[in-house]
Amino acid sequence: MATTDLTALSAAQAVEAIGRGDLDPTELFEAYRQAATQEDLNAYLWVAQDAPEPPAAGAPLAGVPLAVKDLFCTEGVPSQAGSKILEGYRPPYTASVVARLAAAGAPLLGKTNQDEFAMGSSNENSAFGPVLNPWDRTRVPGGSSGGSAAAVAAGCAPWALGTDTGGSIRQPAALCGIVGLKPTYGTVSRYGMIAFASSLDQAGPLTRDVTDAALLLRHMVGYDERDSTSVSFPPGEVVLPSAESLAGIRLGVPEELTGTGSEQGVGIEPGVLASFRATLELAEQLGATIETCHLPHAPHALSAYYVLAPAEASSNLARYDGVRYGLRVQDDGLLGMYTKTRSQGFGKEVKRRIMLGAYSLSSGYYDAYYGRAQRVRTKIAEDFRAAFERFDFVVTPTSPSVAFELGAKTGDPLSMYFNDYCTVPMSLAGIPAISIPNGLSEGLPTGFQLAGPAFSENRILDAAHALEQAIGFDARPGRTA
Amino acid sequence: MIDREQVLHVARLARLELTEEEVGQMSEELSNVLDHIEKIGELDLEGVPPTTHVIEVSNALRADVVEPSLPRDVALANAPAVADGGFLVPSPQAE
Amino acid sequence: MSAVEYEPVIGLEIHVQLWTQTKMFCGCALSFGEPPNTRTCPVCLGLPGTLPRANAQAIHFGLMIGLALGSDLAPRSIFHRKNYFYPDLPKGYQISQYDEPLCTGGRLGDVRIHRVHLEEDAAKLVHAGTSGRIHGSDASVVDFNRGGTPLAEIVTEPDVRSAAQAREWLTLLRTTLRQLGVSDVNMEEGSLRCDANISIRPVGTARLGTKTELKNMNSFRHLERGVNAEIARQEALLRAGEEVVQETLHYDPVTDRITSLRSKEEAHDYRYFPEPDLVPVAISSEMLAAAQREMPELPAAREQRLQALGVSAASARQLAWRTELGDYFEAALACDGAEAQPLANWVCNELVARVGEEDPATSNVSPEAMAKLVGLVAAKAVTVNNAKLVLDRLVADGGDPGSIVEAEGLGSMAGGDDELEPLVAAALEANADAAAKIRAGNMKAIGAIIGHVMRETKGRADGAEVTRIVRSKLDV
Ligand SMILES: [Mg+2]
Ligand SMILES: [Zn+2]
Repeated sequence: MATTDLTALSAAQAVEAIGRGDLDPTELFEAYRQAATQEDLNAYLWVAQDAPEPPAAGAPLAGVPLAVKDLFCTEGVPSQAGSKILEGYRPPYTASVVARLAAAGAPLLGKTNQDEFAMGSSNENSAFGPVLNPWDRTRVPGGSSGGSAAAVAAGCAPWALGTDTGGSIRQPAALCGIVGLKPTYGTVSRYGMIAFASSLDQAGPLTRDVTDAALLLRHMVGYDERDSTSVSFPPGEVVLPSAESLAGIRLGVPEELTGTGSEQGVGIEPGVLASFRATLELAEQLGATIETCHLPHAPHALSAYYVLAPAEASSNLARYDGVRYGLRVQDDGLLGMYTKTRSQGFGKEVKRRIMLGAYSLSSGYYDAYYGRAQRVRTKIAEDFRAAFERFDFVVTPTSPSVAFELGAKTGDPLSMYFNDYCTVPMSLAGIPAISIPNGLSEGLPTGFQLAGPAFSENRILDAAHALEQAIGFDARPGRTA
Repeated sequence: MIDREQVLHVARLARLELTEEEVGQMSEELSNVLDHIEKIGELDLEGVPPTTHVIEVSNALRADVVEPSLPRDVALANAPAVADGGFLVPSPQAE
Repeated sequence: MSAVEYEPVIGLEIHVQLWTQTKMFCGCALSFGEPPNTRTCPVCLGLPGTLPRANAQAIHFGLMIGLALGSDLAPRSIFHRKNYFYPDLPKGYQISQYDEPLCTGGRLGDVRIHRVHLEEDAAKLVHAGTSGRIHGSDASVVDFNRGGTPLAEIVTEPDVRSAAQAREWLTLLRTTLRQLGVSDVNMEEGSLRCDANISIRPVGTARLGTKTELKNMNSFRHLERGVNAEIARQEALLRAGEEVVQETLHYDPVTDRITSLRSKEEAHDYRYFPEPDLVPVAISSEMLAAAQREMPELPAAREQRLQALGVSAASARQLAWRTELGDYFEAALACDGAEAQPLANWVCNELVARVGEEDPATSNVSPEAMAKLVGLVAAKAVTVNNAKLVLDRLVADGGDPGSIVEAEGLGSMAGGDDELEPLVAAALEANADAAAKIRAGNMKAIGAIIGHVMRETKGRADGAEVTRIVRSKLDV
């Protein structure tokens, strides 16, 4: 097969082809290694030099290589979380989920670019330069898992790992026209994932289709004793989806997140909304019932999120002090070394969030900010529980807009934060949500988000599969630039 | 609203050094974000418990069994400065 | 006008290193003087991406401490992050417990307990000396071997009223913790560390004065001296019309001086928040039962039991608070040679006076010998004074008290008046003055008579017997 033919296969197809003996995993790895080395989107920060030993016979992922977001620790391999403060840092250990996938037969292909410490929605906050959107190189791929999303969309990786704290898998998946799944909090071990906001961070797959997402997730989930917040996946196993119909499925469309008549000014672009409505019609044709529902506290989710996540981040990022690893900027005394190292090592957005977080935790403000935000979080989780008594899933557009132009929002943090408007509530509730491509608006992909109760991944994947079949989205970027 | 003084105080807590220009910018940007965030102050949250862990788990305790430690050269491999088998830092006493 | 009398109000904060196999949140073995940075792993070095896992044994020890102190054990407790920067703190925060600790309330002896919580120890910062200077400035070297060692922090209510009481109470706490087997509680080696919150107020007033926190008292002697020095410092300030400033102070045992730890503003704002990487500790009935099962007899209970055996309150306390002394006493008591109270007296007074802080079990005086000696005294086979000489000999060379008495001719004169009466008569004759005074009712004069008899018998006579015979002869 020609190299382009090899990389045209979905991951699940490649696994199958290898299993039939029609495809050599070393050849496949080499094809992707070349694609990753040659890509010009700045999606990769590091690419493996050599193909690894072929996996053991019968390894379920058969040697299909994996692109991994920079913030997953990989032993001896740069793991920098997109930050200058960790430039060149090579950890002495490998993240549990990466090790688990490698054991299942998905070797490390490369490390992908990201917003620094996963803080961002455009990948413009990387210390190693922005990632370009393969659909239009003047536009952002979304973030923070922008490198993973762009690499998969551009065919430079069969699949990729990302992390989602407030939308960092789903939003770039939507903007790059691929599938992204944020699992239930706790189902995938966080051990070895460089932390942004511990109570929200969750690893998940970025893939070309829903089947690949299910296949990768199957080998990601599971209890890890190294992560106290980890849980075993109660259904036992992630099942590969097969549904073609949505018969009997009840979809709730939350008024607060879809902007219809909302005074909050969600600002969902008309093209995105049109695409969303078209998918709802399609869902109805597949047998689903669709109704408006309410998540009364969802409009406050963004506020709660921008208290909780920066607060945790301000603490998680205190370890970057120039003592044990990473950048050190020498200065006369200890205080000088601390402040110079951190001021020069962290980018602007990271510093902004550290400041915001430290402020909201500081003496006299805790109750008004952190304490209240934790209570809002409780209400948001309750809202979802109530909704899931009447509906199987809650659906929204993933992102209020399609991919925007580089630099369009960098001057206005608040408008950048609004990219997470539809994805943050699910993160706060810890529930699983998938984004699938559901069409184009002005030539750029739009995303459809489907969220279900905790541990409903199998049902979500099935429903997403049925929709995917009906939508028939062509995942190949029509490159316009 | 977060004023200059507060910005400087928080920067000190977070061990960040801001230029005069950054202080002004930070104060303005954070104030904008905080204005938005403060809307949660309007909600009635009387009696609502806080959520720290969204998926309830408890204990998750580790048995008291020794696992191998890192060889010292590995522990020190990423250190910016090393002396006497340890991580070399400017003395805090000199502050 | 008389000067105002001040009364100190003291609360103690004690950090105890727990005697687990591994650290609080990782599987590294605890360090006992290994070369620097040989007991570390990604977790206790605070490497990016690592997560803590709480040590079940540390929780178990925490529960045992709570039970021993009569605390309320929280059915659910959580860990917080205490955020501050220091090179010995690898994550930029210490994982500790804050407003939902493992144990609250309780009492030990005459001091109420405020709370007991678990946390992780900091690493060690050593001055780099000549081997490392940075930009010409002083440098330090961080050794993370100790970092992450499990600590129980015990905080008392401000019930202590003197430095001596603080020292005495800490001794009781140490004994209790040692009995529990949760720590080796060695102040010099830092496995038991005590800080004191100290304020003073005019006697008879209730309002608390401004308190200071005194750190670095690394022995029982330093604790007592440091607290006394701080009380004196505060008193001098108040008498000079100045004010006590709330601050953290450092006691230097060499110079006996107290210095302020934070000369700079360094406003402390720890930004505590619940540790999202750890889940709540929920005490199950199994965990509680396991802790209860392993509770040994504690000093307070031992004190009561010894008193029930007939030991005086003072001796019972001494034996109970010094475990090794109590153990020695009970071993001697088991030899059936002596009654509890006289035995306790001999152990607590005469033996301790001779062996000091040493564990008597390691002395030359076996518990059997001790019991036998006290038995000889009780049987009047040897006088108290001569028994003390026998004890001197036992401490020096060991051996059997009976043999020593015989060999040295220290045995009491045989009972009965036959031998003693003529001696007393002779003594009265030789000391007519004294005899007259005794007759006139001045019993003090009897000393001369007893002295005379003792000289004649080389101390083998029993003073009480002599007195009895004098009384009957002179009819007083
Ligand atoms: Mg403490
Ligand atoms: Zn360790």
